[in-house]
Formats: sequence, C-alpha cells, structure tokens
Amino acid sequence: MGIRERLSGNEAVALAMKQINPDVMGAFPITPSTEIPQYFSAYVDNGQVDTEFIPVESEHSAMSTCIGAEAAGCRAISATSSCGLCYMTEMLYVAASDRLPITLAVSCRALSGPININNDHSDAMGVRDAGWLMLFAETNQEAYDNYLQAMRIGEAVGLPIMVCQDGFITSHAIENIELVEDEKVKAFVGEYKPQHYLLNKDEPMAVGAYATPVYYMEAKRQQAQAMMDAKDVIKKVGAEFGQMTGRTYGMIEKYEMDDAEEAIVIIGSSAGTAKEAVNELRAQGKKVGLVKVRAFRPFPAEEICEALKNVKSFAVMDKDDSFNGHCGPMYAEVTASLYAAGVSAPRGISYIYGLGGRDVRVESIQRVFGELGEIAKTGVTGETYRYLDVRE
Amino acid sequence: MSYNLKEELQKEDRLSGGHRMCAGCGSPIAVRTVLRALNPEDHAVVCSATSCLEVSTFMYPYTAWQDSFIHNAFENAGATMSGVETAYKAMKKRGKIDETWKFIAFGGDGGTYDIGFQSLSGAMERGHDMVYVCYDNEAYMNTGIQRSSSTPHFADTTTTPAGSVIPGKPQQKKNLTKIMVAHGIPYAAQTTFIGNFSDISTKAHKAIYTSGPAFLNVMAPCPRGWRYPSEKLMEITKAAVETCVWPLYEVVEGKYILSYKPKQKLPVEEYLKMQGRFAHMFKKGNEWMIEQVQKEVDKNWEELLKLCEL
Repeated sequence: MGIRERLSGNEAVALAMKQINPDVMGAFPITPSTEIPQYFSAYVDNGQVDTEFIPVESEHSAMSTCIGAEAAGCRAISATSSCGLCYMTEMLYVAASDRLPITLAVSCRALSGPININNDHSDAMGVRDAGWLMLFAETNQEAYDNYLQAMRIGEAVGLPIMVCQDGFITSHAIENIELVEDEKVKAFVGEYKPQHYLLNKDEPMAVGAYATPVYYMEAKRQQAQAMMDAKDVIKKVGAEFGQMTGRTYGMIEKYEMDDAEEAIVIIGSSAGTAKEAVNELRAQGKKVGLVKVRAFRPFPAEEICEALKNVKSFAVMDKDDSFNGHCGPMYAEVTASLYAAGVSAPRGISYIYGLGGRDVRVESIQRVFGELGEIAKTGVTGETYRYLDVRE
Repeated sequence: MSYNLKEELQKEDRLSGGHRMCAGCGSPIAVRTVLRALNPEDHAVVCSATSCLEVSTFMYPYTAWQDSFIHNAFENAGATMSGVETAYKAMKKRGKIDETWKFIAFGGDGGTYDIGFQSLSGAMERGHDMVYVCYDNEAYMNTGIQRSSSTPHFADTTTTPAGSVIPGKPQQKKNLTKIMVAHGIPYAAQTTFIGNFSDISTKAHKAIYTSGPAFLNVMAPCPRGWRYPSEKLMEITKAAVETCVWPLYEVVEGKYILSYKPKQKLPVEEYLKMQGRFAHMFKKGNEWMIEQVQKEVDKNWEELLKLCEL
C-alpha cells in the first residue's frame, strides 16, 4: 500500500527525483517548472540526496551539462518549461543522437509571443521531432508515476525522455496522490550501468562525431529503430508498474470507447475535464468516448487506429497550433495513422484549444461533442480546422 | 622542475597524427602541447567546441584522441565540461571510480570569445575543476575566415573585407584574458609557441594542476586566414610577442606576472607585414592605420606593465 499525500505536480516530480537520487542535475529556473529545481536544491542542501546540482546560467547550458554528465556515465536530469525548452532545443537533438537517456521534466507552458506564462503544449510539441521519448500526464499522480517509469524506458532503448505535465493546472494545483515507498522506487528504477562512458579508465570513448553522408543516415535510422522499440518497453514498464502499485500504464488510455460513435483524442490535464463531459453525455444516453494519448513519442498509431476505427466522427484536440493553415500537430499524426491503416470511414476535425491558459470547461468539450454528433448524423464534416472558445 | 623539450617529446602523443588539420596551423600544436603537460599516468576527458579542430580530428569512424573525448556543439564546451567534471565528482563520491581524471576543453576564438562566451563564463564562475583552452586564431576559420570579437583592428576577413570605404575590421580585439581574470579564477594565462615551448608547457601544467577553473589563451595562427606560408608559423608567433601585440603573462590568484619582456620592443609593422590579412595597411595613404595599431598596442602594453607592477 502506497503513502497517501497531497502534493502539487511539481512537488510530486521533485519528490520522485529525490526517491531516485540521480547523480547529476543541471537546471535553470523558468515559470512554471521553477519549483522543481527549487525543491530539489533543498534536498541537496539538506543532505536528503547526494546528487550534484549544477545551477547553470541558461537552459542551453542545463541540457549541455546533462549531456556531459550522462556521457560521462551518470544519470542526469533537468526540468524546464516554455522558452527554456526552446532554448535547449539544439541540445535536445544532440542528446537524442548521442543516445543519452537523460530525463527532463517539462511543466508545459505557452511560447512567446505575446509573452504568456500559462499552460498550453506549444513548447513540448515544438520539440516533438527532436528524437526524445515523450510522456504526458493528466494528473499529479500520473506526473509522479510517469517520472518513476521514465528512466527505465529511456535507458532500455538509449533515448532521452521528457515527462510532461500541464503548467499550473497540475504543476501548481495540489491533489491527493499516492506515493510509492522509497525502497520500492529504488528497486523499480534500479542502478544505471551504461555500456560505454567517458569516465571508464579501461576503455576511452569518443562522443559526438562528425558524420559524413556515408554514415549520417545510418545513425538516424538507428535512432528511428530505438523509437520504434520503445513502444514495447513503455507497455512492459507500465504493466510492471501496475503490478507494484495497481496503476497500469500503456500508450493510450481509452475512456468509454467500447461502443463510442463520437470520440475526442486529447492529451494532458484537459483529458480530466473531457472525461467529465463524457460522463454527463453518457448519462444522457449519448455514445461518446475519449482517447487520451499518454505516450506521444513514440506515437501510438496502432492503438489510436484500433480505438477510432468504429467511430462515426472524431475531434483531435491540440493545445497548440502548427500554423500550417489546416490543422494541429496531433491531428496530422492521428489522421496520417488512420490513412496508413486504411481506416477512412470516421470523419475527423482538428480543434485548437486552450492556448496560453484559455480555460477549458466541461461545456466547451460538450460543444465539441455536439458538433461531432451533427457530423455523424449528416455526414457533412464542414471546416476541419477549428478554434475552440475564441473571439473571432 | 626544469623543463626539457627533448624529454617532453618522449611522452606519448595524446592527439595522434593523421588528422585533417592544415599544415602550419597552430591549433593541433596547442592541443598536443597542452596534453603533453598532463602527467602521463593521469586520465583525462577532452572536450572540443565545434571547430576546425573538432571536425578534423573526430570524423566517424576515426578519432585522433587517445583520451576520452566529447564534442557537443559550437557554443557549449564550457557547460559540457561542467557536466563531465560534475559527473566525476558524483561518481567519486559514490565510490564508482577512484582514479584521478583531468578535464580540458578546447575552443577556437569563435567558440570562446563569442558564441560560447556565456557558457564559458558560467563554467568559470561556478568553479569547476577544469582547464579551458582557447586556441585563438582571430576569426571564424572553420566557416571561411569571418570576423570574430577576437579579430584585430583593420584585419581583412570575409565579413570585414578591406573595402574602399571600410578598410577591414573597424573594432579592436576584445581582451578575453582580462575578462577571465575578472571571474576571480585561480589561474589564467596568455601564451603561444616560442622557442622550446617552455612558456606554453609550463603554463599548461600549472593550469591543469591548479585546483579549480583555469583559462589558457593560446595565440594559434591560421595560415589560410592570416595568409602566411605554413613554415612561417613560429616566426609569426615570435613577432607577435616581440612587438607586444600578444604579450605572454599569467595571473595567479589575481596577481599579474609578466612572463617575458622583449629587450627591445619591435614596431608593429614587423608583425603585420608577415600576413596577407594586413596587406592593405601597407598601401600608400594607409600609414595612419599602422600608426593607430601601434598606439593601441602601446596602450595595452603599458596597462599590462602596470598590472604587473613593472
């Protein structure tokens, strides 16, 4: 039986870090993830962990120190948000291509401009092609649970991993949470034993080569393979975590999908709001359901196709925009997955919502379901690129 | 401990030959000399910023580095080495390793004076036990001789061409060594290749075996960018020192110590005339440019002598 607590999402992640006691943390403050290195520094200064903390002068350096430390043979972690994640983008690509399983906690926030400190997913989605594994949390509990699973997943396939939660909505809101006992965490996460590392006196190692066209593409192909291999690892680790805690995790979560005729695909904390909308509509006899994406990288293409293949209409909810003139990024991936699988019957629309902390309410989601009902009934999709709750 | 070049050269090279750096380039000379200053029994992790040095010494599947080596990006050798050095502390504390390791980062002037300046400043301020070596060739040579903040006044580069209106780089060279001294680090020095390499070797050894952050600024000429015949390398560095364009000094715990005072300070023409990048300064009507550079060199030299209390 776990330990019952009340924690904010940031504190829960910091606590997970403390329980794991990694070797090195390099971090720079930025709202709303600032609390994570703050809590962690207190653990360091009070001797509750023996991690080396590097208070760097920028997020770029935060990720650079993580790359150096992880390559040297250590477990390295960081935390960031928004522009900070943008600023370390170049290094995210290097971390992935150097195959360094760094763990990065992201409290998602909008990007400038206009400057805004509130939640959306523009930061995380902006780096979705950097080669990192990406898990998203709906609740504080999931942020904590995902963090405890992250290193197992990243280290198994040799890829860095982002553990994302929604800035303020879960990062600062305090919720009931069930913690895992320290010794169980240690046993579950295990020791980091890299095959090759810089500080190995018996085998010097060179990291970060220049690769000509003769070799570059093979390096990328191997990264792609690691990302594909990660799917099984995520499921296996999620199942093992379930055996320990009773909370099992996979690539997606299906909610009321068995007989659903209209569905939304959503990621992050708004899934909670959307579940409430589903509950209310189900009570009215509407056959509605929800697919929550937990692992965005690797993308759960098969799971989504399986979940959506029998619906009449669906909406993909993107808390960010690709500014490509026709849809959000997750919509593009969901519909590409359906097309590749030959699933063409469901009619889909792209909804951009909740940008810069715009409130997402149960009624907002119900309105989306109302439109999906119309599409299902009439067979007319209309405009597929839509903004929710915006003054036009 | 007396210095003997012949003995030094008996040590095994930690940067293998056969890499792709140009003949007459100062950078691999700086690297080999600095690495020779390591006690042979000590392990080292070497880091290089993206640069000629990096792309010419570590082209997959080959590496010229005998020690563990990491290249990360152009602007973050300081931060990358901070991470490696911190990992060493963490692993040592946890009993995962017990041998001694040293940490040496190399960057060109582009990666050090300019794009990597913040990362270097952060690493020095935080006090990591490492040496940062700038091989200063006074322009972005890897991308084709563009100006940097280290490029000297009036130099002809591809982004400050000696034109009919603007005659080369309008600004003076940034004094990075002094900026590093201002970080309050225990050891900073300026050096280059002179005579039997005693100056650079001694300073490299001090830098490596001083506890805490150390900074070495090594003038390392580039035959393509400076436009000199490759065999003239050592004559150019000698002229730079004899004209006081590049004075040799060290700063130990904040105390300035002059390493070499020319018996007779040569006029700057003796240095400038050897290099194609300054050729336009010798055209008729441009005498003022040489006079201007002489004034600047004199001023900097006087300031340095004062700092050294001479």
